[in-house]
Amino acid sequence: MAQPLLSVRNLVKRFPVRGGVLRRVVDQVHAVDGVGFDLASGETLGLVGESGCGKSTTGRCILRLIEPTSGEVRFEGRDVCALTGNELAAIRRDMQIIFQDPFASLNPRMTVGSIIGEALEIHRLAKTRREREAKVAELLETVGLRPDHMSRFPHEFSGGQRQRIGIARALAVSPKLIICDEPVSALDVSIQAQVINLLEDLQEKFGLSYLFIAHDLSVVEHISDRVAVMYLGRIVEVAPSRDLYAQPLHPYTEALLSAVPIPDPTLKRERIRLQGDIPSPMNPPSGCHFHTRCPIAEKGLCDVAAPDFREATSGHWVACHKRG
Amino acid sequence: MAGSIPASATASTGAAAPRVGPWREAWRRFRKHRLAVVSLVILSVLVLAVLVGPFAWQVPIDEIDFTARLQGPSWAHPMGTDDLGQDILARVLYGGRISLAVGFAAMMVAIFVGVLVGAVAGMAGGRIDAGLMWLTDLFLSLPQLPLLLLIIYLFREGLTQVVGQELGVFILIVIIIGGFNWMQVARLVRAQFFSLREKEFVEAARALGASRLRLVVRHILPNALGPVIVAATIDIAAAIIAESTLSFLGLGFPPDVPTWGRLLFDAKDNLDFAPHWALFPGAMIFLTVLSINFIGDGLRDAFDPRRVIAS
Repeated sequence: MAQPLLSVRNLVKRFPVRGGVLRRVVDQVHAVDGVGFDLASGETLGLVGESGCGKSTTGRCILRLIEPTSGEVRFEGRDVCALTGNELAAIRRDMQIIFQDPFASLNPRMTVGSIIGEALEIHRLAKTRREREAKVAELLETVGLRPDHMSRFPHEFSGGQRQRIGIARALAVSPKLIICDEPVSALDVSIQAQVINLLEDLQEKFGLSYLFIAHDLSVVEHISDRVAVMYLGRIVEVAPSRDLYAQPLHPYTEALLSAVPIPDPTLKRERIRLQGDIPSPMNPPSGCHFHTRCPIAEKGLCDVAAPDFREATSGHWVACHKRG
Repeated sequence: MAGSIPASATASTGAAAPRVGPWREAWRRFRKHRLAVVSLVILSVLVLAVLVGPFAWQVPIDEIDFTARLQGPSWAHPMGTDDLGQDILARVLYGGRISLAVGFAAMMVAIFVGVLVGAVAGMAGGRIDAGLMWLTDLFLSLPQLPLLLLIIYLFREGLTQVVGQELGVFILIVIIIGGFNWMQVARLVRAQFFSLREKEFVEAARALGASRLRLVVRHILPNALGPVIVAATIDIAAAIIAESTLSFLGLGFPPDVPTWGRLLFDAKDNLDFAPHWALFPGAMIFLTVLSINFIGDGLRDAFDPRRVIAS
């Protein structure tokens, strides 16, 4: 494979937990614990996992909205973590983010025109006011809104429309990579499909790459080329979308897949129920993070050593002692 | 649209709703707030009255006439007279200038310092935040009156020699009142900053490469201003009353300069037989403070596009 667009290696983020009178660091939350993956140009990588497993933190670390504790993020070969000042501002033209909550992600005091136009302003992509407005109008049409929506405020729109505004804002700087942080989780199912289709159309039109973060496997299956499954700060399985859904290797992936509802009430299927709760990321289990809930865990092996990440079949990677 | 080519102008607007700027939009929304509009009219009349009133009502403020002591309202003296036979209307008009100026100026000082301290603490966090909040608590816990005495004792002479008596006292009073009223605003702004800077729209702006200054000015501050506007109106009221206290203690303007607060305190011993003396300046303070509060409410609503205002 040629040089990947985005390459993440051993990404770690620990949040300090402060306590006591002196506000000393008493503990750490291991939000992201050695995540690594590649993303090719024009590809969509789905990133799934339960709430709190570190998906969003991973996305924000890549953009350096959160400073990673350690690890390497390379965008087109350049080390994002080493950039400062102007270089960092420049690379932000290439990487953008779409947020989960369309009500929190738009400044309620700015018109839609100035929300989208701000990106053009910051990066000086429009010389005159008229040029900027023309570009904003074009962006609004690209995401399926009307140019005269420009003078309105975010609260005048529905959730789906607001999400489109968020997408237009991300598109304004013509990025190469967009990190979609659960972009449809807050929307109605009927609207979800519209937004997903819009994202796919845009990908085709502009050659975008997506890191698509979600907790809904059926949404991810539809849009992703490859899917990475995260559990408690680590990636446990990466595979081409079809492979993963047809032949999940990791027991956690199996359990996740068995929880996806099938729109056919007559169809019976074995449901794998995981025991217990997700362990605290403040104190993750030894060895394989999943061994406390794993149906096939072996004492003396899984609770001692963390499994290597290895390629089971071509392009299908898994981190499990017992499978693959 | 003057100067543009008509064809392109019509083409670009098309079916679009008429475009309104944010200020015109705010004004349109403000006008729907009936109490605020009435208050704005009242306050404008008051301001206009104290500005041009002394030219129209040319009775001297210090003409002593013992034949007309403590008279009730009449045509010669619409607000009556005080115990020296001085015309209260003339004194109210003149005093309003000082009271209103002190109120607005001290409010500006308090808001400026408060927003600055709160914003820096809220953005920086960590040690700077802890230090600034420590300073805020310190100011809150200081015994104000002894300190005022000390400051005025130390600086009045020097300042009045440089800029003249009235201006010197004015500057001193504004700085003192403003300097002791910024703490609530600072705490308010800091709390707002803490909650707003984690919001996703701020994160989105950061992802776009916005500078810290832009984040504060465009995204955080405008969303934090609602409670600050309300605090500002309360500060004006507090400043007018604080000036009265200072004048009463002999720390403010000299006794022969009538401010609204001073007039009230002079009147208090004569409340039994000359209630009009206290009533008129009191009504002025009351009307000013009340209308400023309503205007503040109206402004807050007008600048918050989320709030639906029923017509």
